[in-house]
Amino acid sequence: MSDGSELEGLLRPPALEMPPYPPKAITLASGEEMVVRQIVREEVPTLLEAIAPFLWVERDFYDIVSARLFAELLAFKRYRVRDEYCLVGLIDGVLAGIVNGRADGPDRGMSYHTLSLRRGLRVGAHLFAAKMEYHVEFLGEKEVLIVAESPIGFRRWMIEYPLEKKFEVSHELGGVPSWVLTSKTYFAAKPRLVAGRRPVPGALLETAKIIKLPETKPDKAPAAERRSR
Amino acid sequence: MRDVAIIGAAMTRFGRAEVSLVDLMCLSALPALQDAGLGDRRVDAVVVANMGGARINRQTAVASALVDRLSLYPAAAETVENGPASGSSAFKVGFQAIASGMADLVLVTGGEKMRAVDNLEATDFVASLSHPEAEYIYGVTLPSLAGLFTRLYMERYGVTAEHLAMVAVKNHENALKNPFAHIQQRITMEGILFSPDAVVNNPLVADPLRMFDCCPVSDGSASLVLASVDLAKKLGRPIVKVAGIGQATDTHAVQERKDPTDLLAVRQAAEKAFGRAKLAPKDIHVAELHDAFTILEIAESEEAGFFPKGKGAKALEKGTTSLSGKLPINPSGGLKAKGHPVGATGVAQLVELVWQLRGEAGERQVAGAKNAFACNFGGFGNNVVATVLVRED
Repeated sequence: MSDGSELEGLLRPPALEMPPYPPKAITLASGEEMVVRQIVREEVPTLLEAIAPFLWVERDFYDIVSARLFAELLAFKRYRVRDEYCLVGLIDGVLAGIVNGRADGPDRGMSYHTLSLRRGLRVGAHLFAAKMEYHVEFLGEKEVLIVAESPIGFRRWMIEYPLEKKFEVSHELGGVPSWVLTSKTYFAAKPRLVAGRRPVPGALLETAKIIKLPETKPDKAPAAERRSR
Repeated sequence: MRDVAIIGAAMTRFGRAEVSLVDLMCLSALPALQDAGLGDRRVDAVVVANMGGARINRQTAVASALVDRLSLYPAAAETVENGPASGSSAFKVGFQAIASGMADLVLVTGGEKMRAVDNLEATDFVASLSHPEAEYIYGVTLPSLAGLFTRLYMERYGVTAEHLAMVAVKNHENALKNPFAHIQQRITMEGILFSPDAVVNNPLVADPLRMFDCCPVSDGSASLVLASVDLAKKLGRPIVKVAGIGQATDTHAVQERKDPTDLLAVRQAAEKAFGRAKLAPKDIHVAELHDAFTILEIAESEEAGFFPKGKGAKALEKGTTSLSGKLPINPSGGLKAKGHPVGATGVAQLVELVWQLRGEAGERQVAGAKNAFACNFGGFGNNVVATVLVRED
């Protein structure tokens, strides 16, 4: 009879060896320093706590992005997704944004989500750029498949980089026709869109060691309010 | 002519509105009417400023719609479209109605709901104010015109990218003190100009203008209630008198001007307003200038007569135009940070000045403000309205 670990072995996907994402620091328009670093599985519950209040915010598609990100991070924590990673942006240790994705084999990346908790400082755009940097420069992938669920995402990724259509390939996020960032596009866009410096000074990195949740929650939860009426 | 006072003022927080254009206007009109303390008196006329309702919101005859929504019949109603100067043009129409005796109480509301469309369409919509044959067909937009203007201004008067960024930092700082401002985000010179990451944080929009040199696209509305000074006294309202309004026009195409850095219409409108008010620029304690682009605050501060031509940047550098300076400019955050719903802007500038003159501007209050000036800049300076307001004790 199989014990629990044998069953887990059957359910858990195999894993690709992935080099870590080296942390970097970005000076934001506000003058604040944002540390971008990779998380470990043990930090996922903290992120889920931060994401949960956005599950009912319809504005800018926060609800769908949050719900999917929540599920993806849970799957990461419980080993039910293959080769996923997650980067966070932290300002004075406070969570400002989250991005995630996964390696789809050695040559191709699958971009998942970008959630900005702090608005108006290009936090989401900086983190998305960090995600592309990870795929192309550290994982050495030739291309990354991308979709946008919100108009802001479409503007930031498809238009700003700009991305190319690869509609013959369905993206993992809902089977939507994919757009693609090639390494050539990435390096052409890098001077305009990829910010940050390494190594992060020790004292600054120390502030980003423990993830703190933002004190303020989203303004309102329209979908939930409507249901309660 | 009768003397005219502003007895009610209100605005919505600028940003993104989830309600219809007319409902958005109601959200400032109702508190302005309440602020005016009218009791059972009714307004005789409603003047609405709106630039893009027909194109963006599929809504025409907005003033009639507002009257209906607020059940203000049989008040006269008309909509004024005068590009980004629509707000102060509507205000001028309301002023004339009271001054001439045609009306005793007038509601002036400016409103715009620009975020109903994406940024590209909003930019194109605003660009439709440019000269159709000489500018628009060549792809001219307002940021591109402002970019050309800025480059020339820099070459001629020594304005630098640092000066432009200083305007943005100042106005963002002021907007942090204004609960009605669209952008409530502190920015720093380091973050938008000096740091190696600034090039990403603050990308070029139209060389040499960068993102933080440009106002945001906003929804919002603002309203004022006007009455004769005599009626205002009877109602027991604080008197903010409309001391002078001046308006001037210039060539439609900027290239036809003898000197494109010369904002003649600003100068002429300001001179008329000051002449009617029997005041001079040195008498002004607070000003709201139309800083759709950072360079415009500097240029308008010179053309309005506050500083000699070419010296506006110096005054900025010295802190003269900051909230604690000798002449605070754009304490509201200006268009730069408060936002720029085009039809609402001219009215919102005056709302801010009314609050300043009444001492109701909270953390951004300019101490002892008694005389105030507004410049509402239409087109690219081809139609400008200047207004001088005075607090009467």
